[in-house]
Amino acid sequence: MEYELVAGLEVHCQLNTHTKAFCGCSTAFGAQANTNVCPVCLAMPGSLPVLNARALESIIKMGLATNCRIAPYSTMARKNYFYPDLPKGYQISQFEDPVCSEGFVEVDTGDAKQSSLKKIRLVRIHLEEDAGKSIHDIGAETYVDANRCGVPLIEIVSYPDIRSTREASLYLQKIRQIVRYLGISDGNMDEGSLRCDANVSIRPKGQEAYGTRTEIKNMNSFKSVEKAMEYEVLRQTEVLESGGRVVQETLLWDADKMETRPMRSKEQAHDYRYFPEPDLVPIEVTSKMLEQITSSLPEFPEARRDRFVAEYKLPRYDAEVLTASRDIADYFEATVKTSGDAKQSSNWVMGEVLRTLKEKAIDIADFSIDAGRLGELITLYNGGTVSSTVAKEVFALMMASKDAPSKIVNDRGLAQVSDNAAIETAVAEIIAANPSQREQYRSGKKNLFGYFVGETMKQMSGKANPKLITDILKQKLDAA
Amino acid sequence: MPELSFASYPDLREQLLSKQTTCEAVTAAYLARIQSKKHLNAFITVFAEKALVRAKELDAKLASGKTIGKLFGLPIAIKDVIAIKDERLTCGSKILSNFTSVYDATVITRLVAEDAIILGKTNMDEFAMGSSNENSFFGAVKNPLDETRVPGGSSGGSAVAVAADCAMVSLGTDTGGSVRQPASFCGVVGVKPTYGRVSRYGLVAFASSFDQIGVFAKNAGDAALVLQVIAGEDKCDSTSSDKPVGDYAAASIDLSNLRVGVPKEFFTDALAPDIAAAVNTKLEFLKSRGATLVPVSLPHSEHALAVYYILAPAEASANLARFDGARYGYRAADVKDLTDMYVRSRSEGFGAEVKRRIMLGTYVLSSGYYDAYYRKAQQVRRLVREDYLKAFEQVDVIAGPTSPIAPFKLGEKVDDPLAMYLADIYTVPINLAGVPAISVPAGVDKQGLPVGLQLIGNLFDESRLFAVAKILEQSEMK
Repeated sequence: MEYELVAGLEVHCQLNTHTKAFCGCSTAFGAQANTNVCPVCLAMPGSLPVLNARALESIIKMGLATNCRIAPYSTMARKNYFYPDLPKGYQISQFEDPVCSEGFVEVDTGDAKQSSLKKIRLVRIHLEEDAGKSIHDIGAETYVDANRCGVPLIEIVSYPDIRSTREASLYLQKIRQIVRYLGISDGNMDEGSLRCDANVSIRPKGQEAYGTRTEIKNMNSFKSVEKAMEYEVLRQTEVLESGGRVVQETLLWDADKMETRPMRSKEQAHDYRYFPEPDLVPIEVTSKMLEQITSSLPEFPEARRDRFVAEYKLPRYDAEVLTASRDIADYFEATVKTSGDAKQSSNWVMGEVLRTLKEKAIDIADFSIDAGRLGELITLYNGGTVSSTVAKEVFALMMASKDAPSKIVNDRGLAQVSDNAAIETAVAEIIAANPSQREQYRSGKKNLFGYFVGETMKQMSGKANPKLITDILKQKLDAA
Repeated sequence: MPELSFASYPDLREQLLSKQTTCEAVTAAYLARIQSKKHLNAFITVFAEKALVRAKELDAKLASGKTIGKLFGLPIAIKDVIAIKDERLTCGSKILSNFTSVYDATVITRLVAEDAIILGKTNMDEFAMGSSNENSFFGAVKNPLDETRVPGGSSGGSAVAVAADCAMVSLGTDTGGSVRQPASFCGVVGVKPTYGRVSRYGLVAFASSFDQIGVFAKNAGDAALVLQVIAGEDKCDSTSSDKPVGDYAAASIDLSNLRVGVPKEFFTDALAPDIAAAVNTKLEFLKSRGATLVPVSLPHSEHALAVYYILAPAEASANLARFDGARYGYRAADVKDLTDMYVRSRSEGFGAEVKRRIMLGTYVLSSGYYDAYYRKAQQVRRLVREDYLKAFEQVDVIAGPTSPIAPFKLGEKVDDPLAMYLADIYTVPINLAGVPAISVPAGVDKQGLPVGLQLIGNLFDESRLFAVAKILEQSEMK
């Protein structure tokens, strides 16, 4: 029988506020253990939480960007369970009245030629705090680092609208793109600022009723999400095909063994006993707040892509690539501003820049050539100061230097020679030095022309204006 | 050494400013008194040295001519559920018996900023759960008026500290009557402000949506002075109110404009007749001075206790989860694994009443029971609150007994939790509604034991309560 995947994702996204969700402690990553802590996030007796206004603003932005309804009143709730890295014995989260509900995002399931939009609906987005970190690998004891306690998270819960592992991956990428565009999270999966659980079931193709679902946790990369879901679909298919029944349970993805395994029964079946958090007043979102936040929203990727096509006359595919990340799109636009040439800027950003970022595995923010310098390089190229070959050489030099490209060109004497006399002299010398080739050329072996161009360029250390070489060579060789 | 016979804090202040006495002498006298009344067991920790050092500093401050605070030299005791930096914070529990706070509660910061002198931390029912102060890991507290009787709870130590002149004023906390009932039992004034009037930052939570810090004093004026120092918005407590704080100490009233609501639900068979008589005498006094007595009804009162014993334990079950032996407080010895650490640390660390309420709270929040208990109780809580707000459309204050019974014998009700819970039937509804109330002495019952009259006000109407309380005091003195 042919089966179809039915999946919904729960994505946890760590917000990049400077301070924690309910106290003034720093959220900086990588600090010495238990230094970013205070009576509130350590749950010292008598301490009380106070909601971080920036965290609230961030989740509202996310709700607006994903077409959610923003609740005028919402409440925080306590989610009760015991664990050493949860100092209060409960997590402050949301249960009955989340800030955002009933939204959707669209993912493009098509290819480079043909786009095909698929809507994935969101049940809710709610605000909560992170727990600390349990450290089990120092000797026999378990240690707790409370630096992460109270770091704000949003949880984005989708409907079971996902029908393939590719859709799951595209959805996750879309979520990452949105949070990065909004500037509310760095969206890095490998650092744990984006975490994903999946609810996975299968059903015979054509059947409407859902099958029994399992929940997969511990998927730490885009690849894991796809692999884990693929594995789970196969596993469930085998269970059903062999006449068994899928058991509703929570599974952990083991990325080393590439398999899912059930959590110990102790790790699941919690009764979290949610109830409204009495230490925090209900969250009120006024229409004025909503207006202010709406007006502060950046241009979203789809709108920006369309604008790039219209304004810069770029092919849709190029615009898509350039707007995939807000930072890249910003970089591109800044480059255009300096160079005044959208097509060349697009070629350089999509070519040299993205290739370099990929090779070095860095973000555009860490790239040593800023948009201003790239724009200047493009201007040098367009003005004929450097050839395309030399421009690439200058680009490489710029990565290791802070100098303006014009300075690099001057210091190294890389400027293109457009002096007719100098080129004429070089051409004459080359022709004179290659009498047999000249004869062959004249007797019809016209493809030797390239040989002469190359020799002349070599003679001029590659700095001659290639168009001038061509013109002058043609004139001299063809002259009787 | 001065006699501890100051009529009030303004009297003490006058003597300090006129150099008839010093902070050091007064503090030493109070510390000596605490020592001589040690058998009452009112204190868990006494700041013997620290209080004297502080008193000397304050004397030097006065001598230097610097501006002095509103509570300059006021000797005050603090219920041991409020955090003071570098001091033990036990909550009357074994689980925190060796715990030291790393920070000051907001009320402490405010008291210290106004030059009060903290004498020590007072005994209490464990985690403020109890009505007799017999649920303390540090032993029961005795009522100074009859040492065979309970002082009431849970702020029994704070009530006794004031009643026995071991402190001029004290702070307690009131979740279901824990300031007013012991005030009534010990014959002193006890005020529970409007929910949100005083910051809870640094108050170890029992039931967060009910807890309020309150004040005990010998007279309403002193309680008012202290309350207006500790009240007011606090950025560390988002449930604290930003409403301006009134000048409670200066509050006065013309009784001929006062409508006093008398709720029939507070004068039922549950009320001892001699207590009813004492309360009625006070009501008649108010009437004789021009007040109008208006019968009012608070129809949902009968459900208040049931609602309270669902909601307060529910909140407590979460609030007390942090006492797990993992980071601070008591941890059982030789634990096998994580679960064993949790189970044994908590089983050994908490007393019976606390465990009873944690179990009750856990149960009512459990999946499948939440709607029937917690949600339903929240709905009824709203009805109780509406009863009060509606009544305050007709009257300015509501008056009735603080407790249906007189201070009972030590040990009399320890094995009967339900009988113990009934001691709070007139105080609990006020915490459900979030309105302020004050218990003032109202004579004695037929055994000569103190009776308390409870005045209940509208939200943030503390000024009027103090004004009426002051007039009632005059009648008490006659």
